[in-house]
Amino acid sequence: MILEVRGVSKRFGGLQALSDVSFTLTEGRILGLIGPNGAGKTTLFNVINGVYKPEVGQVIFRGEDITGKPPYEVAQRGLARTYQVVRPLQELTVRENVMVGACFGREKHHKGPAAGIADEVLALVGLAKKADQLAGSLNVAEKKRLEMARALAARPYLLLLDEVLAGLNPSEISAMIDTVRQIRDQGITIFMIEHVMQALMTLSDEVIVLDYGELIAAGTPTEVVENPKVIEAYLGDPKIAQRLLAQEPPEPQ
Amino acid sequence: MKAWRQPGFWLPVLFILVWGLYVLIVRQDSTREQAFTLLMFVGLASSLNILLGYTGYVSFGHIVFFGLGGYSGFYFLSAHNLPLMLSAILGGVVSAVLAGLIGLAVLRLRGAYFALATIGVNEAARAFVSNFEPFGGATGLFVNYSVYEGFGGPGPALWRTFIYLWITVLIIVVVSYAIKNSRFGLGLLAIREDEDAAMVMGVQAPRAKTVAFMFSAFFPGLIGTLYFFKNGNVEPGDAFSLHMSIEMLVMVMLGGMGTVFGPVIGAVAYQGLRGFLLTNPLFKNLHLAIAGVFLLLIVLFVPAGAIGWLRERSLKLRKVLE
Repeated sequence: MILEVRGVSKRFGGLQALSDVSFTLTEGRILGLIGPNGAGKTTLFNVINGVYKPEVGQVIFRGEDITGKPPYEVAQRGLARTYQVVRPLQELTVRENVMVGACFGREKHHKGPAAGIADEVLALVGLAKKADQLAGSLNVAEKKRLEMARALAARPYLLLLDEVLAGLNPSEISAMIDTVRQIRDQGITIFMIEHVMQALMTLSDEVIVLDYGELIAAGTPTEVVENPKVIEAYLGDPKIAQRLLAQEPPEPQ
Repeated sequence: MKAWRQPGFWLPVLFILVWGLYVLIVRQDSTREQAFTLLMFVGLASSLNILLGYTGYVSFGHIVFFGLGGYSGFYFLSAHNLPLMLSAILGGVVSAVLAGLIGLAVLRLRGAYFALATIGVNEAARAFVSNFEPFGGATGLFVNYSVYEGFGGPGPALWRTFIYLWITVLIIVVVSYAIKNSRFGLGLLAIREDEDAAMVMGVQAPRAKTVAFMFSAFFPGLIGTLYFFKNGNVEPGDAFSLHMSIEMLVMVMLGGMGTVFGPVIGAVAYQGLRGFLLTNPLFKNLHLAIAGVFLLLIVLFVPAGAIGWLRERSLKLRKVLE
């Protein structure tokens, strides 16, 4: 068990963002997280990697309680993440961005080896040619890949991907799906939030569903989409579920 | 990356090396005095740049480290008869320790709040020193004339002080370069660009910021001691002057925040401009106002500063200018 979330609750003022969320994640698998906007998905990521401290509950990562530890300590233990809204270090080059991950992540490399790792990871995500450009000059799809490269350079055990497919066009999506698979094949466990259902259904070994901060379903992708609770609470309209099963793209939001 | 092969390293180092040698060869008191002031600002601007340029935190009250470190060094020198360089280093240590303590409390603040807090610290230090008897209260401290004996008279003492300052500034530029090109420096740059994202990537921001703050405070304390020794006295008005603090900011921004050479060029250029304005009958009362306008124009039109602007122009210059 690489990650175990036990009864986590998080409140912002009057809003219960997460209530009593529990689940586990087995090493080497891809776990998907879905839920309508505002369901608390990104909040859950923020609780796991230490950006927020939950009021109740625990986060156990590789057998260690990391609840409430600051994000850099969590990162150094081998848990990396990407942001839904990309956050490149604009005035640094693409290579330098990735080197930050290698220098300060789990393996804490010096700059020399970090540059080597950066180039290797940039090749994996297909940004090798852009290594010397400023990160601010990349387009959205490239910035998403940069986020991923940065996270990977830390050599994490667990990677949290927050909507890496959002805003990409179909060909970019299929390229990104291949990249995610390659990452998994390297032995890195993945926990991903995704709105592009079709992609999530093909990638995930398991899916969990959040709605208004509560975990309402868990199972294989097919089980989850057939779950009446999910259809009712998350999808609202059963017809959408049928369309999803037919692997059509979801309606734009 | 071998630093001694990089033009970005050699350019500022050679510049200061040659400049100091020139002053030593010419051996005129007026040249030395002018170079002393200029080099002092080069050192101050380069120190501030470690915080402002690399870490992205604006310290409006940075002169407090020059003032308090200078006061402390001067005190060790005049009250305890410690050697000049040792006193200066101790002055730097006092500044660095103060920065460490302030950092723990204040570096949690970001943006404008941090900038405001640093002004508060400077004003508090001024008020404290003005009422602190060991530091001579409002009248300050004076050099005990016997101190000069160790140097063979006041004249040689001033030359020695200049050489100390020159070496200090050389070290500052080397340290500035070393920090920028180190793993630690990469963490600082990451904090500057996006502190939250940096922390999520494993950068221990609270500690890194505090260490950067301490570095950028140590050297002003050292320089302050040398400067006040050269002057022969120290008083609260000279030590904690807020407008000097703002001038330091202008120098860094003029030359280029976050570059090694920028603060060097910026300090020299600003001092040149200031000298012109002060001796020009038309502007002499307005030089601060003009500095303010200058800051405004830089922020609006050349936020990257002179060196930053050049670096943006071409890839070749990027490799030469650091």
